[in-house]
Amino acid sequence: MAEMTVLEAVRTTLAEAMERDDRVLILGEDVEAGGVFRATDGLAGRFPGRVIDTPLAESSIIGVSIGLAHYGMRPVAEIQFADFIHAGFDQLCSEASRWCYRTCGDAWLPMVVRAPWGGGVHGGQHHSQSIEAYYGHIPGIKVVVPSFPADYRSLLQAAIEDPNPVLFLEHKRTYRLIRQEVDGAPAETRIGRSRIARRGEDVTIIAWGLMLHEALAAAEQLAAEGVGCTVVDLLSVQPLDRETICEAAKATGKVLIVHEDTLTGGFGAEIAATIAEEAFEYLDAPIRRLCGPDIPSMPYHPAMEHFFMPDRERIAAAARELAAY
Amino acid sequence: MTSMANPETGGGTHPGYPLTREQLIEMYRYMVLARRLDERMMTLQRQGLAAFVIAGAGQEAAQVGAAMALRPGVDYVAPYYRDLAVNLVFGMTAREAMLNALGKRDDPNSHGRQMPAHWGNRSRRIVTQSSVVATQLLHAAGIALGARLRGEELVVFASCGEGSTSRGDFHEALNFASIHRLPVIFFVENNGYAISERTEKEMAVEHVADRARGYGMHGAVVDGMDAVAVYQTVKAAADQARRGGGPHLIEAKCYRLWPHSSDDDDTRYRPRAELEEWSKKDPILVMRGRLLEDGAATEAELAELETSVQEEVREAAQWALQQPDPAPEDALGFVFKEAD
Repeated sequence: MAEMTVLEAVRTTLAEAMERDDRVLILGEDVEAGGVFRATDGLAGRFPGRVIDTPLAESSIIGVSIGLAHYGMRPVAEIQFADFIHAGFDQLCSEASRWCYRTCGDAWLPMVVRAPWGGGVHGGQHHSQSIEAYYGHIPGIKVVVPSFPADYRSLLQAAIEDPNPVLFLEHKRTYRLIRQEVDGAPAETRIGRSRIARRGEDVTIIAWGLMLHEALAAAEQLAAEGVGCTVVDLLSVQPLDRETICEAAKATGKVLIVHEDTLTGGFGAEIAATIAEEAFEYLDAPIRRLCGPDIPSMPYHPAMEHFFMPDRERIAAAARELAAY
Repeated sequence: MTSMANPETGGGTHPGYPLTREQLIEMYRYMVLARRLDERMMTLQRQGLAAFVIAGAGQEAAQVGAAMALRPGVDYVAPYYRDLAVNLVFGMTAREAMLNALGKRDDPNSHGRQMPAHWGNRSRRIVTQSSVVATQLLHAAGIALGARLRGEELVVFASCGEGSTSRGDFHEALNFASIHRLPVIFFVENNGYAISERTEKEMAVEHVADRARGYGMHGAVVDGMDAVAVYQTVKAAADQARRGGGPHLIEAKCYRLWPHSSDDDDTRYRPRAELEEWSKKDPILVMRGRLLEDGAATEAELAELETSVQEEVREAAQWALQQPDPAPEDALGFVFKEAD
């Protein structure tokens, strides 16, 4: 057993995948030098010709990955910050997501697009955003949002082995913040499963990324006060694990969904709708969402950044209110 | 000019041509087949049997000339919607083209899931495309990069209309391919119009190919109404690219003889006199005249070929009309590829 950060989990898994399968290659901006977050550190030297710097052009990174995957390679593209992925939205939405569908399975795309997302790093409006709601709305792309290093390991490996396009979202604030004892090899896993990370009787909190860790901290605090929380680590936005979500909702009858993304049209709305449709009769309180406010993006100044992001105190307060409902 | 041995066929080339007599006739046959298919599809549309047609009429010389310079089964093509004739050279049959036009269940391109003329067939190395223009140019660069990494010697032919060259993906693809010296032929079929917009509304330079210099790649302008000239230009470029010479931007000047699509009324924006002038240069008439004039074929041979194509198209349409439509629930499925 060794302790690993999220970043180390990503880097180790990439290296193992490249070692195992010579079709796996990495492309993106600055990846040969290791990338701005150092996720590909040392890989260019270890795998000559298979870590490829691209021009600063997201449509290229994704469009070229589509061509590589169609040809039979297994590209793992890095978008430097998720905020910039939208220049490649057309390639993901109009092309990658439909490749298999529009050919009735004649062609398919085993490709991964990794993108660091989320706030809390003083990244301002264009280095802090959540993008899961945009891309989670597109059938044909899997969207993965792990929280713990062990899940980064197993889900990144699963993403690389998946014959479909996978958007692999890495919360940048957790890169060096979150550590975990991790076994040697990644666990066998399937994309599309959520996990109940903690069980409690009073309130169910559903979160992902940094917010999952804040939710767990809040649950710890609430436990000391006698309020029991079930916490769901979502892990995957598309496919959505409706079964686990509804099971967790039914277990407490009270649901709090937490995300950094802005409220309106955020992915919490889809989760809330799912619970309302499938677990309505088990609910003892209205479903609550604790999210970023409906402003264009996260502001730069620390005071405003803090104001934007839910945290353990606000999560605890919301859960407390819900428990008392 | 004397006849020369053709290394690919073993036979002699026709005097004055880089192709054998048989290849010239084959070239003409593909062009006629594409036009007759277009015409039949339009008839079916007017009869209410097909919902939509987008044709390549006027661009057959550019398409057949280019495609015959490639190696089906080895090279990839990432075509655009007008490229019916490219697909025919790469193995699509008249029956399949008709299944596609009618959105039938067994259309190998998309089984009724895409509008007609959105080609794709993996085993023939025809890359699936959407209605979004220029996106396929980046896919072509990716395929060429993959082939380079795997040590496979091939060329990727990526075509588009001149309207597509305004999009960012056109720029990004040329830039990427040139940086990596990838074996991609970017083939622009400049037919003079992006729906109703003439080229001067799309670009401030005279030729799309003028931009090649800005990307550090080879550029060429070729008469797209002349199949043999296009063949020669694309063949030379493909041979060079195959040997590691990097990408090429080739602009074939042609003309869209028909409206943009079956839904378009081109009388709103296109002068009739212009159309009449270009109609005299109809690439099929030009090719026919040359074959006769240069003794590559006799009138009787061509008449027989034309009758046989006409019959092939008639039969294909009749056959395709009898084929099953997709069931409503066929809309589901293949959202994801199942893991092996």
